[in-house]
Formats: sequence, structure tokens, C-alpha cells
Amino acid sequence: MVRIQVTVDGQRCEDEVEPRLLLVHYLRERVGKVGTPVGCDTSNCGACTVQLDGRSVKSCAVLAVQADGSEVTTIEGLANGEWHPMQKAFKECHALQCGYCTPGMIMAAVDLLSNNPNPSEEEIRDGLEGNLCRCTGYHNIVKAVQMAAAEGGAR
Amino acid sequence: MKAFEYERPVGVTEAVALARRAGSRFLGGGTNLVDLMKLGVETPDLLVDLTGLDLAEVLEQPDGALRIGATVRNSDLSANDAVRARYPVLSQALVAGASGQLRNMATVGGNMLQRTRCPYFQDVTKACNKRVPGSGCPARAGEHRNLAILGASEACIATSPSDFAVALAALDAGVTALTTEGEVSLTVSDFFRLPGDEPQRDTNLPPGALVTALTVPRLDWATRSAYRKVRDRASYAFALVSVAAAVDLDGDRVRDVRLALGGVAHAPWRATRAEEALRGGPATEEAFSAALRGELEAAEPLPHNGFKVDLAHNVAVRTLTELTGVPA
Repeated sequence: MVRIQVTVDGQRCEDEVEPRLLLVHYLRERVGKVGTPVGCDTSNCGACTVQLDGRSVKSCAVLAVQADGSEVTTIEGLANGEWHPMQKAFKECHALQCGYCTPGMIMAAVDLLSNNPNPSEEEIRDGLEGNLCRCTGYHNIVKAVQMAAAEGGAR
Repeated sequence: MKAFEYERPVGVTEAVALARRAGSRFLGGGTNLVDLMKLGVETPDLLVDLTGLDLAEVLEQPDGALRIGATVRNSDLSANDAVRARYPVLSQALVAGASGQLRNMATVGGNMLQRTRCPYFQDVTKACNKRVPGSGCPARAGEHRNLAILGASEACIATSPSDFAVALAALDAGVTALTTEGEVSLTVSDFFRLPGDEPQRDTNLPPGALVTALTVPRLDWATRSAYRKVRDRASYAFALVSVAAAVDLDGDRVRDVRLALGGVAHAPWRATRAEEALRGGPATEEAFSAALRGELEAAEPLPHNGFKVDLAHNVAVRTLTELTGVPA
């Protein structure tokens, strides 16, 4: 077992973990952050995207021990009293159907805007290449990211 | 996933010493290794996490070369101002690989050491000479649409998956590694190897060696360079064929040129024959085409990947014509 210290959505956590524990399982089963789903478990679909020290990563491809000493933000930590502009935009544009990809899609989109606050449609599609949605055809997702960008969603 | 031990050394000497233990593997970002561990392809007893090492800097050297620490993240290097300005091919190759989330985790050293995505290698229920030497290669008679057309052997027709390495090969980059015996330096061309009868070895790195840095020599005319990747879908897939090219033009003639192909061999394929044919000649589509046909004479395609020969030709010719501004 390895002792790790991780700040998850502002909450400081100290835990003993097995080195083979994946970050996504740590977040869901030990910290209770079930807002982050396990999708494909093969680092393809991006549903499990969280931010590790402010940068989007696929939490099914990261070991919990790799997050030692870091800050993790999940979809549950994005709202700050009120919804994040990206969350509002996803609701407003109806950028989801089944919703399974949504937590990861939003976390990746927030990271995208932090690197490029005014992306073109093509840059949005490129920037979300690591997130798969099998319902929407991406149309409303792109619209939502554009709306969030227009409203300063890079916060 | 099989259980393993985990260490996070604070210095390279300690890291290399830990790697002497049987069954150890270095952990960069883990974006390939962790996947392979889930599949049971990799079953390490010890992971030596490199996160704490002081290897994450990009430094301009006095001779104008760029020294890239092995744990620099792919996304950081692709966004690096010096890389974007001086070696567009390198930045473009990095961005062509994986997705944003993976580039944020993946290290450049790990990128060089990622394993082939040959479906037989990744499936422990199948034979594979790379995974289990001597077990056979079902790919020759099986699924090989995306496997090698150049430099393959009876034992293995896997391809190298890295985009970044193709650009580095074109730029004559070097790899520096550390073993308990001392420092080792290899050119990227010597670092990667063709499979021969030892496909289990992807590289010529000595056992237990820790890649510490990559060095890209100064090449002023690499400002005219590009990476072009063709895949089955528009994004987030491995290359069917890719091309890294840089051209030094003297009017309408090619003073010098660098050309490497990806997705076609067990290593980034430096197209030295095509380079020689082009050097000093006219920068025309006909000349580019002839040079590529010459290079690809060595191709030995299999029934399902013959399309890659024409594809490699076409992608390379298009890349060169665009770089040189030759009217299509």
C-alpha cells in the first residue's frame, strides 16, 4: 500500500491505496465522487475526464498514486455556488441525450477554453477529439462550447 | 490488473538503480503502459515513477540545439514557442497523436518507448513474437491492413505507433539515456530498430536504461517543415501513413531535404534514398514523385496493406509540393 495525499474538489484526502488502483476508481469508491463515470476503461471514450492540476486527463488511464500531491477537479467540483458557464451552456443547448459522456465532455471543454478562449468550430471539434458521444452527433455539444466561450466560460 | 510495487525516486541515479530489480518498468505518464497492464500485456513487478525527477525542462543549448527533458509532457512541448517557431514538423506531429487528455499526461520519453498497436501484440490470447518470442506471428496471414510494408521480417510486421518519433527521425534528433554504467547517446535512427529475428526489442536501448533527454540539432531551414498524417478517421487514430518533411529551397531547386515516413515500418522510416534523389534537383511534382517511387521500391506489401505504398507516395508528394509551393 502507498500513502497518497490528493485534494479533490477542494477537499483534502489522505488514503492508503494499492498502486494498481486507477484514479477513476479512487474518486468514485474512496472519495465518493460518482459524478465521474467509468466509460470504456480503455482510455478511448473520455467519459472519465477530470482535471489533474488544472489539465484534463482520462482518469481510467491514470493510477491513483500518480495523483499524489496533486489537485483533482471532477464534474462535482466545477459548480461554485452556481453552475459553471459550461454546465449552463450544456443545459441551454441541450448538448446531451443519455448524458453518460457529459461529465467528461464538460471537463474537456473547460480545459479547451482555458487554452483557447475563442475557438472556431473546427478547433472545438479537434479539441474534443478525445471524447466520444454516441447520441448527439456532437452538433449541440459544439454549440454549447461556443455559447460558453461567448459567456467567458474559460474561468 | 496484476499487483505490483511502486517507487517514486527523487533522482535519476536512484531511478536507474531501482530499475535493476527484475520486472521493473519506468512509468512516465502511463498512457500506454497502464493500458497494457490492464490488458495483461505488461505485468511489471515494480513501477518506477519518474514524476519527481528533474527532467521536465526544454533548454536551448549553446550550439542552437534544443534539449528536451524526458518527462516533458507532450502537450507542453507541442505548445513550446521555440518548437513551434523552429520545428513546426515537431509540434504538428505531437498534436497529431492521441487526444488532448493523453497528451497532457504522456511524456516525450514515454512517447518514444510506446509499444506497437498491432492487434495481435495487444491480445494475450493470440500468438505474437514480440510479446512471446517464438510463439509465431498470425498477422502475416491475418489482420495486417495497418501493418508494415517496409523493413518487416518473417517474425514481425508490426509498425511503430509514434508520430513524434517520425518528426524526430527527420530532424536527426538524438536520444540520451542513463544506465548504472553511465550515459549513452544514440541517434533516433539508431535508437529504433527493425524487427529482424528479435521483434521483442523495439529499440537498441541497453537493458534498464532511463531515457533522460532528446536533443534536436539546430536546423535553420526546418522552419519550412510539416507533418501530415492519414488515418481511417479524421482524428484520434493511429497513422495508416504519415510523413515528416523539411525542405531547404534554393530558388526552384532543392538544396537539402529531410523526409521520414510513419505507419509503414517497425521504426520511423527515414527516406534516405528519396532524399539523395531530391538533393540538388528541381522542386517539381515529377521529381518528388520519382524520388518516392524509388524509395518505395523496397516495399514488400502483404495482400491487405498494398494500398499503403501508393498512399505513402501520394501523401509525401503532396506534403513536399505544399511545402515548396509547387503548383499542383
